[in-house]
Amino acid sequence: MTLDFATLLAILAMAVATMLTRVSGLFLIRHVSLEGSRRKAIESIPPAVLMAVVAPTAFATGIAETLACAVTAFAAFRLPMLVSVALGVASVAILRAVGV
Amino acid sequence: MRAIAPLIAAVIPIGLVFGALAATKALSPLETGLMSALVFAGGSQFVAMDIWTHPASWTGVGFAALLVNIRHVLMSASLATKMEAFGPRSRYLAMLFLADEIWAMAEFRAGVARLTPAWFAGLVAPFYLAWVLSALAGATLGAFLGDPVVLGLDFAFPAVFIVLVIGFWKGPETGAVLLASGAAAVVTQHFVPGVWYIAAGALAGLLTALVSGSRRAEVTP
Repeated sequence: MTLDFATLLAILAMAVATMLTRVSGLFLIRHVSLEGSRRKAIESIPPAVLMAVVAPTAFATGIAETLACAVTAFAAFRLPMLVSVALGVASVAILRAVGV
Repeated sequence: MRAIAPLIAAVIPIGLVFGALAATKALSPLETGLMSALVFAGGSQFVAMDIWTHPASWTGVGFAALLVNIRHVLMSASLATKMEAFGPRSRYLAMLFLADEIWAMAEFRAGVARLTPAWFAGLVAPFYLAWVLSALAGATLGAFLGDPVVLGLDFAFPAVFIVLVIGFWKGPETGAVLLASGAAAVVTQHFVPGVWYIAAGALAGLLTALVSGSRRAEVTP
């Protein structure tokens, strides 16, 4: 079990940077008023961020990933989360195995 | 507990992969566990492994973590408006555990029920433990693990996020936001190296919501 000093310093730098990003939203909303259309815009953040995270997987990785994303999205309208996720993972594994 | 089960199932393989990857960069299990416990942000940890040097550069990985996690600013600003049940101190404490998956589940919960500190803690504790312990296991077991890509396990998180996106659907306005965000993210990812695509997509979606919101205000004064 070793703990290198430069490594520890790097981990702490990452931790501090990440903590800053996490609490800064609390400061932000204290100094910016959130009424009307701004409030609406804030509500659009969750789907916008999630979409940005998955978009390269969904549209720019491969046919297997694109199809599996479509399967997952379709399943999500009717089925519970765990089932939809399992269906997505299973379909990407099968599609990759058959070489799509 | 039902809310967290799919996330635990999805995070364990990712944690194992992270631990195994860290072992190939000569990080000890102690260092790997410490990083997962203190940083607790998978994306930035994978990026750090990508650019890891010997000796480690704290400026390099620190700045990379800032860039990768800048999306947390938007996420915490959004979630902060839904934390009426939290005291001033517990707000900050809760925010320190704001990983993507935690945030997404909390936003979703806030849409259907009041967000309470107890519910939040029940969400964070098992997820945090699973992330740290799976990284430790991955660092110790290393190369004995199979290839998660063959098993499709790398797809678990995109799948969780897709399910959550569908849950946020509120009509055509959401469609416009998703279209703008997805297009901006794909284009940015194609032309700009690194993780700027997440910030670009999020901003494009936010701007679309602002524009369509102000247009509605003009039409119905």
